[in-house]
Amino acid sequence: MSRVSIETSGSLIRVRPDAPGTHPPLDYPEYRSTELRAPSRPLVPIAQSLTELTAPVFGDGRVRAVDADLTRQHDGEPLGERIIVYGQVLEEDRRPVPDTLVEVWQANAAGRYRHHGDTHPAPLDPNFSGGGRCVTDAEGRFRFVTIKPGAYPWGNHPNAWRPAHIHFSVFGRAFVQRLVTQMYFPGDPLFFQDPIYNSVPEGARERMICRFDLEQTRPEWALAFHFDIVLRGSDATPVENEA
Amino acid sequence: MDELRRAGGTTPSQTVGPFFAIELPYAEGPYVVPDGTDGAIWLRGRVFDGGGDPIPDAMVETWQADPEGRFDGDFRGFGRSGTDDEGTWAILTLKPGAPPAPDGVPQAPFVLLTIFARGLLQHVFTRLYFGDEAEANGADPVLSSLPDDTARATLIATREDDGYRLDIHLQGLDETVFFAV
Repeated sequence: MSRVSIETSGSLIRVRPDAPGTHPPLDYPEYRSTELRAPSRPLVPIAQSLTELTAPVFGDGRVRAVDADLTRQHDGEPLGERIIVYGQVLEEDRRPVPDTLVEVWQANAAGRYRHHGDTHPAPLDPNFSGGGRCVTDAEGRFRFVTIKPGAYPWGNHPNAWRPAHIHFSVFGRAFVQRLVTQMYFPGDPLFFQDPIYNSVPEGARERMICRFDLEQTRPEWALAFHFDIVLRGSDATPVENEA
Repeated sequence: MDELRRAGGTTPSQTVGPFFAIELPYAEGPYVVPDGTDGAIWLRGRVFDGGGDPIPDAMVETWQADPEGRFDGDFRGFGRSGTDDEGTWAILTLKPGAPPAPDGVPQAPFVLLTIFARGLLQHVFTRLYFGDEAEANGADPVLSSLPDDTARATLIATREDDGYRLDIHLQGLDETVFFAV
């Protein structure tokens, strides 16, 4: 069964660029993997055609409700702090993006990924795989239940640690709104030494940190964290704007 | 903190990292059309780094019009493939028709490619054009805007028995043209 169907296209006429100072540069020596993988030549600007202005649409029925709960994918519950992560996918002018696919993946509470590439000495959790997905509702809202991931050591430099984070992958109305990012947690002591986090210009880094939300926290059950994902703004045809 | 966010500003990109295989690849991902579809072609290639080594932990996504150049039918249009140990990605699809051009100038048919990988802090966009469309490619406004034939050649896939091949070089002498769009 395909996750994807195609929506009637042609209603977007332009996707606006991000403001300067939003994204990290491709070349960032402190993050060592960029050394051989970052393109060295300037990106070539081109006009947006219909291809760039359309995107796959992911309807209900292709993603199951249980896919949004990373604590219920195995026989038992995973160890760690159960958390709710919720928010909206929005465009820059706060317009919600409904019916769009949000995919997440993360380490377990011990900071270990269920992936052959992670063999560091933290235990795997037999009740945690670490992957989930959902489709935003009519107001662009998503909600995941998971456990708070642990910090994770990596080989970028001696004694390097990734701050606790959840990977997010998001589609928008137009393919060029596509975004992959990482969500971090407030008060993490590891930001100062993380080149991936710090590759983002200073004024924009805070947008990657979720906000603890006591109102949405469920008593005796799970802390809640709020995280909106804001995509490049778009301009639609006049007919759609009048709606 | 909330006020800062409401003041605007889009969410910054971060690298997809080395462990996206936990979630992103899925069984139907590489099959824009089901196996055995009449006229289906494989689009494939290898992704290389600046040292000339294959990248086994990249992900390629494709997005394209249907064979009539349209986006409003049942054609899925979207493909997703990780790279294997040899850096090879592969998508089974139908050759797109050329969609209408932004300003009336005809475009050559192309597939939008997006590449994600550890070491890429932002994903990069490029286009796959078809090697057997010499006339259309020769008149295409995007290809014509590139500085020389070497640059153009990095985007033109060569015909094979069951499809087309385009290698992607993230960096170096054979570096693929990537777009800001």
